[in-house]
Amino acid sequence: MEAVSNKVYHDTVVIRLIQFSVIWALLAMLGGVWLAAELIWPGLDFGQYWLSFGRLRPLHTNGVIFGFGVSALMATAFYSVQRTSHVPLFLPRLAWFCCYAWQLVVLLGGLSLLAGYNTSKEYAELEWPFDIAIAIVWVCFGVVFFGTIAMRRIRPIYISNWFYGALIIVIAMLHIVNSLALPVGLIQSYSLFAGAQDAMVQWWYGHNAVGFLLTGGFLGMLYYFLPKHAGRPIWSYRLSVLAFWAFVYSYIWAGPHHLHYNSVPEWVQSLGMVMSVVLLAPSWATMVNGIMTVSTAWEKLRTDPALKFIVLSLAFYGLATFEGPMMSIRSVNVVSHFTDWTIGHVHSGALGWNAMITYGTFYFMAPRLVGRELYSSRLANLHFWLALAGTMLYIVAMWAAGVSQGLLWLSVDDIGELSFDFKDIMASMVPYYILRLVAGLIFLAGTFLMAYNLYMTVRGRPALRAVPPAVAPAFGVSR
Amino acid sequence: MNGMWLHRKIEENTGLLIFGILFVSAIGGLVQLLPILEQESLETAAGNTRPYSAIELTGRDIYIREGCSVCHSQQIRPLIAEVERYGPYSRAGEFVYDRPFLWGSKRTGPDLHRIGGKYSDDWHRIHLLDPRAVVPGSIMPAYPWLVRREASASGDITAKMAGLRRLGHPYTDAEIAGAEADLEGLLEIDALIAYLQSLGTGFTEEGP
Ligand code: HEC
Ligand code: HEM
Repeated sequence: MEAVSNKVYHDTVVIRLIQFSVIWALLAMLGGVWLAAELIWPGLDFGQYWLSFGRLRPLHTNGVIFGFGVSALMATAFYSVQRTSHVPLFLPRLAWFCCYAWQLVVLLGGLSLLAGYNTSKEYAELEWPFDIAIAIVWVCFGVVFFGTIAMRRIRPIYISNWFYGALIIVIAMLHIVNSLALPVGLIQSYSLFAGAQDAMVQWWYGHNAVGFLLTGGFLGMLYYFLPKHAGRPIWSYRLSVLAFWAFVYSYIWAGPHHLHYNSVPEWVQSLGMVMSVVLLAPSWATMVNGIMTVSTAWEKLRTDPALKFIVLSLAFYGLATFEGPMMSIRSVNVVSHFTDWTIGHVHSGALGWNAMITYGTFYFMAPRLVGRELYSSRLANLHFWLALAGTMLYIVAMWAAGVSQGLLWLSVDDIGELSFDFKDIMASMVPYYILRLVAGLIFLAGTFLMAYNLYMTVRGRPALRAVPPAVAPAFGVSR
Repeated sequence: MNGMWLHRKIEENTGLLIFGILFVSAIGGLVQLLPILEQESLETAAGNTRPYSAIELTGRDIYIREGCSVCHSQQIRPLIAEVERYGPYSRAGEFVYDRPFLWGSKRTGPDLHRIGGKYSDDWHRIHLLDPRAVVPGSIMPAYPWLVRREASASGDITAKMAGLRRLGHPYTDAEIAGAEADLEGLLEIDALIAYLQSLGTGFTEEGP
C-alpha cells in the first residue's frame, strides 16, 4: 500500500487553470465587445495597427477558444479524470507544465497575432513555431490524461473520459495535418496545400476543431458535471455509448458544408450536407440523455445556480445543433453563408453552450476545491440572468441581420438586375450591430460578476486535501 | 446488456479506446480528403492564371497580415445575383497558386475575387488610407501605416519565392534573383494595390 499522503488529488493545478481560464474569458470577450463596437464606429482602432479589426478578430477567436476554452477543458479534465479513476494525476509535474506552457503559448501567440503573424486559416492562425509548441503541450496533456486513466483503480473508463479522450486525440490529428507548411522565415510559412485542396483541409480542421473541442470536449464536462450535480446517474448508458461513437464517426464528414457553392467538387459538398444532417441524431441523443438525467431533480434548479447554468447550456446546445444541420442544407446555406447569421449561430453555441456550461462547472468546482461555500449565490443568480439576456439578444440581433443580408444580397428584379447596392445593405446593419454590442456588454458584465464571485470564494484558501474514496470490489482493479 | 460486450472491452482498456477513437474518426477525413488531394484538375491552372509576381506576393502577404480576409471573401458563387454583382463565378483552377487559400467565411465587405481592374490605383490608395473619403458610411478600417513602411521590409522575398518554387510554383531563376530589385522604392500600399489589381484577372471565358 502507498502512503495515504501520496494519494491526495492534485487540485491546485485545477484551481490555477480555472483562474487562467477566467482571465482569458474577460480579456477575449472584451476583445469581442471591442470588435462589435468597431463594426459601428470604425475609428475605434485609433489608427493603431494592433487595434485594427483584421488583427483583433483572430485574437478574439483564439483567446476564447484556446485561452478560455482549452484552459477550462484542461481544468475540468484534470478534476474529473482523477475522480472517475480514483487516483491522483499521473505525472503531476507534467500537468503543471501543461498549465503554464499553454498559457505562455496563448499569451505569446496572441501578441504575435496583433503583430500580424497570421496564417489566415481560421482557428489555426498561429504561425509555425506556435504550432510546434501547441503540438508539444497537447501531447503532454494526453500523457497526463491517459496516464491517469491507465493507473485507474476502477475497471470501466467513465463516459466523460471518452469525450475528453476524443478531444485530445482528434484535435492532435487535425492540428498536425492542417498545420503542415513550409517555413520561409522565422515566423512565416506557406501552406503545403494550395487553393481548393487547402480549403478542404482547412474546413476538415475548422469544422472539427469546433466539433471535438467546442462540442466534444464540453460534452465531457456535461457527462461528468451534470450527473454529479443532479445527484443522479446518467439516464441511459446505452444511449451514451451509441451517441458517442456516432458522434466521433459522423462529425468528421461535415466540414464541406463550409464550402457550399464554392470551387470544390459537388460530390463532396453533397456528402458534407448529408452527414451534417445525420449529425443531428447523435447531438440530440446526448441532449435527451442529459435532460432525462436532470428530469427527476428539477427541484434542485431552484436552489442551485450552477445547475441552472448547466441545464440552460443544454438547451442552447440543442438549439445550436439543430440550427447547424439546417444551415448545412444547400438551399438554406445559400442565404446564410457569408452573413451575420453564421456569427449568430457561432455565438448561440459559444455563449449559450460553451460559456454557460463552463460557468456552471466553475460555480460547482470552486467551492468544492477550497471547501467553502460560494461567496454569493445572489450574484451567481444575477449572472445567470445577464448571461441568458446577453445570449438571446446577441442571437436575435444576428439572425435579423444575417437573414436580411442574405436575402437582400440575392434579390434581383424581373429582368435579372440587382435590387440593392452592397453599400446600402451594409448601412442598414447599424441597428443590429448596436443591439449586438449591448448584448456583448451585458454578457461581459455577467462574466465580471463571476470573476469577482469566484475570486472571493477561493481567495486565500489552499486546495482542500481530497482523497480517492474506496472502490466497490465489483468494479475495482487489483494492482 | 448483451451486444454491449464489445464495448465493455473497449471501455476497460485505455489502448483500445485510444485506437478506436483514432480509427473511427479518421474514416470520414480519408474518404473526403484523399480523392480531393489526388484530383489533378484542382491543381491545374485555369486560363491565364500564373504565379504571383514578387510585388503581388508581397501584397498578398500584407493582405493576410492585416486580416482583410476576415471581412472579404474571394469566392464568387455560381448564383445569378452573385455573378451580376461580382463577375464570373470562381473556378478552382484560378486558385492553384494560393497558399493559403483566401476564400473567407464572412462578407462584411464585398467579395474581392474579381476586384482587379475595377478601380484605379489611386482610388485604392485613397480608399485604403481613408475608406470614408470615397465611400461615406463605410465601416472598413483605415490603413494609414501602409504608407509608412517599405514593401521590402515585410519579409525576405527571395526566401519566400524560393520556398514556393519548392512547393511547385514555376518561378524562373531570373524572377527570383530579380525579386528584391522589383520591390525597391515601393511602399507596402503599392504592393497591396498591385495584388488587388491582379485578383481575378487570370480568368478567360474560353478557359476550363
Ligand atoms: C471590418 C471589415 C473590413 C476589413 C478588415 C477590410 N475591409 Fe475592405 N471593405 C469593407 C467594407 C464594409 C467595404 C464596403 C464599403 C467600402 O467600399 O468602403 C469594403 C470595401 C473594400 C473594397 C472595395 C470593394 C468594391 O468592390 O467596391 C476593397 C478593394 C477593399 N475593401 C479592400 C480591403 C483590403 C485590401 C483590406 C485589408 C487591408 C480590407 N479591405 C479590410 C470592410 C472591411
Ligand atoms: C462578450 C461576448 C462576445 C462578443 C461581444 C463577441 C463578439 C464577436 C464579434 C464582433 C465577432 C466578429 C463577427 C464579424 O466578423 O462580423 C466574433 C467572432 C467570433 N467569436 Fe465572438 N464574441 C463574444 C464571445 C465569444 C465566445 C465566448 C466565443 C467562443 C467560445 C466566441 C467565438 C467566436 C468565433 C468562433 C468567431 C468567428 C466566427 C466566424 O468566423 O464565423 N465569441 N465575436
